[in-house]
Amino acid sequence: MAIHRHDNHVSANAFMEWVDRRLPLTKVWNEHLAEYWAAKNLNFWYFFGSLSLLVLVIQLLTGIFLTMHYKPDAALAFASVEYIMRDVPFGWLVRYLHSTGASAFFVVVYLHMFRGVIYGSHREPRELVWLIGCVIFVALMAEAFMGYLLPWGNMSYWGAQVIISLFEVIPFIGPDLTEWIRGDFVISDATLNRFFAFHVILLPLILVVLVFLHLVALHQVGSNNPDGIDIFEHLDENGKPLDGIGFHPYYVVKDLVGVCGFLILYLGVVFFAPDLGGIFLEKDNFAPANSLQTPPDIVPLWYFTPYYSILRASTEQLLQVFAVGSGLVGLAAIIFTKYKAPVKVGIGLVALAFVFIFLNSSGKAWGVILMGAALVMFFLLPWLDRSPVLSIRYRSLPFKIALVVFLIAFFILGYLGMNSPTPARTLVAQICTVIYFGFFVLMPWFTSIGKTKPVPDRVTYDEH
Amino acid sequence: MKKITKIVSSFVTTLGLAFAISSPAMAAGGHAAVLDEVHMNMSDKASLQNGAKLFVNYCLSCHSASYSRYNRVAEDLDIPLALLKENLMFTTEKTGDLMITTMPQADAKRWFGIAPPDLTLVSRVRKPNWVYTYLRAFYQDEGSPSGWNNSLFENVAMPHALYELQGVQRFIGKATPAELHAGGGSHAAETSHSGEGDHRIVGDAKFDLVHPGKLNPDEFDAAMTDLTAFLTYLAEPAQLQRKKIGVFTLTFLIILMGLCYLLKKEYWRDVH
Repeated sequence: MAIHRHDNHVSANAFMEWVDRRLPLTKVWNEHLAEYWAAKNLNFWYFFGSLSLLVLVIQLLTGIFLTMHYKPDAALAFASVEYIMRDVPFGWLVRYLHSTGASAFFVVVYLHMFRGVIYGSHREPRELVWLIGCVIFVALMAEAFMGYLLPWGNMSYWGAQVIISLFEVIPFIGPDLTEWIRGDFVISDATLNRFFAFHVILLPLILVVLVFLHLVALHQVGSNNPDGIDIFEHLDENGKPLDGIGFHPYYVVKDLVGVCGFLILYLGVVFFAPDLGGIFLEKDNFAPANSLQTPPDIVPLWYFTPYYSILRASTEQLLQVFAVGSGLVGLAAIIFTKYKAPVKVGIGLVALAFVFIFLNSSGKAWGVILMGAALVMFFLLPWLDRSPVLSIRYRSLPFKIALVVFLIAFFILGYLGMNSPTPARTLVAQICTVIYFGFFVLMPWFTSIGKTKPVPDRVTYDEH
Repeated sequence: MKKITKIVSSFVTTLGLAFAISSPAMAAGGHAAVLDEVHMNMSDKASLQNGAKLFVNYCLSCHSASYSRYNRVAEDLDIPLALLKENLMFTTEKTGDLMITTMPQADAKRWFGIAPPDLTLVSRVRKPNWVYTYLRAFYQDEGSPSGWNNSLFENVAMPHALYELQGVQRFIGKATPAELHAGGGSHAAETSHSGEGDHRIVGDAKFDLVHPGKLNPDEFDAAMTDLTAFLTYLAEPAQLQRKKIGVFTLTFLIILMGLCYLLKKEYWRDVH
């Protein structure tokens, strides 16, 4: 499916004609804004794409101003941040915009991803849009992680120490690899400088390129809508979709309302609660990095905590549960599916291999693998989801139940990751970890059962 | 849209339920120190000025506030520069200097076993209630190297710098839950007199005042409130202005949002 485009773009005046002959400005404007047809029923959930772009711009701009006074030097970094907070005119504002912006970025990106899941935006033909988006998500995590070291607070230091030392579990090369990443035997000035380079140059560049590709891929296939139907199946005599409206001006003016709403919440935090009770700025990070004094609880910022919980939940017991689980899934696949005998033998062997691996490896190594796998799951979503319909409006009940259970597990994992572990909490985290992976592993099954509702021909639009 | 609302609301309910079920089991982890609540008024310049006076007289001789400058403090707290130079600057002559103690850190480390930490950000690391409780929880302890101890921060290296104001306290014991309930928290000062004897409860500890200081207990608590307020200001000077700017910004945005909504409605009139 490709969007119908006018090949003859009319330049507005002589000047634009001059430009258009040299640079396809009017063509791009039309194809990507004025005549980029989006369904007219895009709702609240569709604000978060443009808001992600807005936050990216905010982070780039405030970041540029922060680098003007920040010193990437282990002896000076902490004091230079306080210099920005006190002596640079409105430096505090720029810094809070950036620190709150990091959290805001994850808020809008998580909501943006959730929108994709509930309306099937990851499904054909938008798989690449989704995949590029997943890479953006991972790059954003790397960007946030490296940025968090820069204030050189005690939590910066110990957080980086804990996360980088995770690479030690990789067989054979682990210890050498971690040393190579840090550039030293411990987190040090060398680490700070390279993280600064990655945070201000490499990853922003990668992010901007990826966001560009994300939009190019989106505009190749067109935006989805809350009904999950193809608006290009009903065109008018000019080839414009009957249910489509131009992104500009309709969605530009609509997104302006969303931008205002977002800014009210975002600046509300910046001005009235920049540390948001220790959630956006952790209190231990107001003490300078100290290699001799470990904070009582080393916890990452909230947006990493679901994955951090999964990491910590990985114990021998959890692996035993996984071993039994993979055995059962294999058995169920052999008994209840209608594959041919050789395929079934293959499934059985794979399941047995998993049982063997789970029973013969360490909890720590699997913690790292599970944390990585938790992210990889998002990449597989377009192919795990087998529902005949895209939108949750017409999906079967099993999917809705599974999604709600998954969300609850995800939130509980996030909550547990912010707090120190106890045996009871670890057990809850393990249950939620099983639910987390169960959601993805069982998705081909629960999306293909149950009764879906009939999908309408045209989008549902409620005119007020 | 209705379906989504239903799903979201059922989700929120279940989540609440899940947290309610799992929280009693979780509450077991880690015991929190009992802290008295400090009632500061960050817009009370007199209180902040008094806190600044206490800080330079009693804290700055050993501790630095090495990210803060004298003239910035004077400007924020409405202290005239002449007054600042005369009464508040003991470590340097230049008003633009950082507030750094004259005590050599290496000597301090030898004398106390640990160099006194920088206090600029202490109230952001420890939080104001902790600072307020800590400052009032020193007591005489012959067993410790300095002769002092602290019920909130046991075996702290710091001696009681403010004993001439507070006087000398003797530790009686931990307060019982009933006593804490009756007199703990923010109302420690009021109950201490009306209760049995002259006990004062600070945090979860009971004290006797064996030797009175220059200030009576209530005056001392008020002085420590001022000092805590100053330390809270010191940790984030921008807080005095950011909320004011915030009110204007949000008011503007709310109006702008209304206008944007009207603009959207106008444009969308031709969408059927």
